[in-house]
Amino acid sequence: MRKPEQELAEIKSMMERSTRFLTLSGLSGILAGTYALIAAGIAYTWIYYPELPYGSNIDKISEDGIVGKLMITALIVLLLSIGTAWVMSQNNSKKKATKFWTPASKRFIQALFIPVAIGGIFCLALVSRGHLAVVAPATLIFYGLGLLNASHFTHNDIKYLGYCQLALGVISAFLPGFGLLLWSLGFGVMHVIYGAMMYYKYDR
Amino acid sequence: MKGNYDKAFENVVRLRVMSILMVNDEFDFNSFKELLDVTDGNLASHLKNLEKQEYISVAKSFLGRKPLTNYSATAQGKAAFQDHLEFLENLIKENKP
Repeated sequence: MRKPEQELAEIKSMMERSTRFLTLSGLSGILAGTYALIAAGIAYTWIYYPELPYGSNIDKISEDGIVGKLMITALIVLLLSIGTAWVMSQNNSKKKATKFWTPASKRFIQALFIPVAIGGIFCLALVSRGHLAVVAPATLIFYGLGLLNASHFTHNDIKYLGYCQLALGVISAFLPGFGLLLWSLGFGVMHVIYGAMMYYKYDR
Repeated sequence: MKGNYDKAFENVVRLRVMSILMVNDEFDFNSFKELLDVTDGNLASHLKNLEKQEYISVAKSFLGRKPLTNYSATAQGKAAFQDHLEFLENLIKENKP
């Protein structure tokens, strides 16, 4: 018989590996945050420039087709981020000699993207009805809920990223003029910090 | 001494299979094969063994045209695994000075 400690460690590792998607790339988090910050910079020049990126300039968003431009930018950031995470996590799986497409990774993706997809549709409704001031908080809140939901199926640390997004989302809901600023904190700065932490903790 | 050392889990493949089924409602043959990195024949014989002891149940279906064999732990299997875990935990406790 093997040592009982070894036996328990074996059991624990199997339980984790069969339920959790552990090769989500930290570097892709840093890149996703960078895309978001660049996009926020571009949005800033459209909405606020040359004023500071906060205050009550929200009315300007309704000007000539700027909403459409913002939505296309957001969509590009979303697709780039997902694409980067996908490719880099696949490489990560190869490096760690584990499979990328497992019941665990499927569950992770499902847990994350059901709230995110519903949130996306909800935001389209908000835009179409003209409630522009609550779009940024809504994206943060739905993303935070998705992360919280997905934390059962990957490294538990992602939970804290979820809490941060939720807190920023709620704050932003009450401070309509600061939407872009808080959005770049959540999707930009938080992703960079979280991605870097994950990279140092698990990927090196 | 509390718990029971179960011979069924003496083999590491069977121990791993049962660990996975404790935390997944069901798990299919190919996913087992990938995660455990064992051959078809080896895996099949261990699954058969657990099935014979009525620790796991088998459900065969089709996903499109591909056959899909899903396994899940029975109540009896879960109880036996709990007993086995308890035995290991007690063993560790007793060996501590």
